[in-house]
Amino acid sequence: MNGIVEWGALGQVVVAGLLVGAGIPALFALGLRLLAGTTAAPRRATAAADRTSPERGGPVVIPRPPVWRLVAAVLCFGTVVGAVATGIVFLAAGGHS
Amino acid sequence: MSRVTETLLLVLVVVTALAFDFTNGFHDTGNAMATSIATRALKPRTAVLLSAVLNMAGAFLSLAVAATIAKGLVDAGAISLEVVFAGLVGGIVWNLVTWLFGLPSSSSHALVGGVVGSVLAAVGSSGVLWSGVVAKVLVPALLAPVIAIGVAAVGTFLVARLTRGMAEDVTSRGFRWGQVGSASLVSLAHGTNDAQKSMGIILLALITAGAVPADAGVPFWVIFSCAFFMALGTYLGGWRIIRTLGKGLVEIDSRQGMAAETSSAAVILLSSHFGFSLSTTHVATGSIMGSGIGMPGAKVRWGVAGRMLVAWGLTLPAAGIVGALCYGIQHGVGGLAGTFLVFLLLVGTSAAIWVASRRKPVDHTNVNEQWDEESGGSLRAAVSASGVVPAADAHRSELAEAEIHERRASALAASRSERPAADRTEEQR
Repeated sequence: MNGIVEWGALGQVVVAGLLVGAGIPALFALGLRLLAGTTAAPRRATAAADRTSPERGGPVVIPRPPVWRLVAAVLCFGTVVGAVATGIVFLAAGGHS
Repeated sequence: MSRVTETLLLVLVVVTALAFDFTNGFHDTGNAMATSIATRALKPRTAVLLSAVLNMAGAFLSLAVAATIAKGLVDAGAISLEVVFAGLVGGIVWNLVTWLFGLPSSSSHALVGGVVGSVLAAVGSSGVLWSGVVAKVLVPALLAPVIAIGVAAVGTFLVARLTRGMAEDVTSRGFRWGQVGSASLVSLAHGTNDAQKSMGIILLALITAGAVPADAGVPFWVIFSCAFFMALGTYLGGWRIIRTLGKGLVEIDSRQGMAAETSSAAVILLSSHFGFSLSTTHVATGSIMGSGIGMPGAKVRWGVAGRMLVAWGLTLPAAGIVGALCYGIQHGVGGLAGTFLVFLLLVGTSAAIWVASRRKPVDHTNVNEQWDEESGGSLRAAVSASGVVPAADAHRSELAEAEIHERRASALAASRSERPAADRTEEQR
C-alpha cells in the first residue's frame, strides 16, 4: 500500500464503475425502448386500463418492431446478460475476497 | 489452561462467530433486496428467501478463505481467542443496536471495530496498525458512498432519459426483471464475501486451539454452518433495515431499483477486482441514494441519510468500546468464568434489544408502509402493534405510489414542456 488513498485503484474503480454500473442499466433501458417502440407509439385502451384511467394506457401496441430494432435489442440484452455472467464467473473464481 | 477449559472456550468462540454470521446475514438482507421489496418486484418473503438461497450458494461457490482476521489492521501477534471473542461480541452488539434503529451499517466494520477495541484493551495502542485502519477502513468508508452515489445517479439519469415517454407498465415489467437479476448478483456477492469472514474466524480459532493443523483447509461443517446461519439470518430478514433502505431513504421505482442494484453489484465486484475493497453496505446505501438523486422528481430524505452517516461514523468507536469493555470484563474476572460472563451478558443484551424491537415490530406485513419522516419513519411510525396492516392503509400506499409516478412523469415532461403536468396529476386522482 502506498499512501493513505490508493489513487490508482480508486480511479480504476470509478471509471470502470461508471462504464459498467451506469452503462448496463442504460443498455437495458435502450433494449426495452427498442422493443417497446417510440414515444409516439399507438396505444390501445384495454379493459385493465379502462378501470384505472385512460392516461395510463394499455400495453403499447405496435404492429411488429422492424428487424433492426429486434436485433439491436437482442444485442443490448445480450450484453447485459453477458455482464451478469462475467460477474458470476468472477465470484466463482474467488476474485471477490 | 487445561484441555477442558480450552475446548469450552473454543466452543464459545465458535458459537459467537456463528451468532455474528447470523447478524451479518439479517443485517445485510436489505443491501440486496430492499429495493425489490419496495417496488414490489418481489413479495417480501420471496425476496428474503431468494436472497437466503443465493447467500447460501455464494458461501459454497468460492472458498478462498484466508485464516486471517483484521489482517493489516491489528498486530497478528495480539490476536488470541479471548481477543477474537470480545471483538465478535462488540460486532454483534453494534449490529443489533443499529438494527433496532433500522440503520444500515457495515457488519465488517462492526467486526473490525470490535477487534480493534479488544486489541487496544489487551495490548494497548501498539497492537493496532493505525495507518492500516485509516487506509483500509476509514477512507474507503468515506469514498464508497460517494462512488456509488455517482455511478447510480448517472445510471438512473440515463435510464430516466431513455425510458422517457414509455408506458409505465412496460417499463415496470421490464425493470422489475432487471432488478431481480441485479439484486440476485448482490446477494451472491454477499454470500461469497461475508460468509468467508466467519469461516476465517472459526478456522483461526480452531488452529489457535490446536484442534486442526495450521495448514488445514476449512472443515466442511464450518463451511456448512457458516453458510446456513448466514442464510437463516438473511431469511429472517432485517425488516427494519429493509424498510429504511427501501422506503425511507428515497422514493423508489423499479427503474431506480434496477439502476441502484446494478451500480451496487458493479462497484462491489469491480472494487474487489482492483484491490480496493469497499463495504457492501456503504455501496448499496450509496447506490440507493444515487438513484434518488439521478431520477428527476424523486425525493431523497437527507435526514435519514444523515442519521445513517452518523451511524457509520460511530460504528468503529462504538463496536470498539464494546469490544474493549468485554475484554476488560473477561480479563478482570479471569479465565473461562470471565468469558462465560461476557457470553451471558451478550445473550442478555440481545434478548433486551429483541424485546425493545417488539414494541414497534416491523416485518414482512408492514415493511412497505408509507414512510412518514415527521414521525421519525419506521421508529415512531403508526405501525399497529399487531403488525397487521389495515386494508385502507395498503390502499393509501398504492395511491401514493401512483402519485409519485405521476410527479416524476411530470418532472420529465416539464423538462421538455410537452404536456401540461398539472392536469395529469388531477386526472390521476
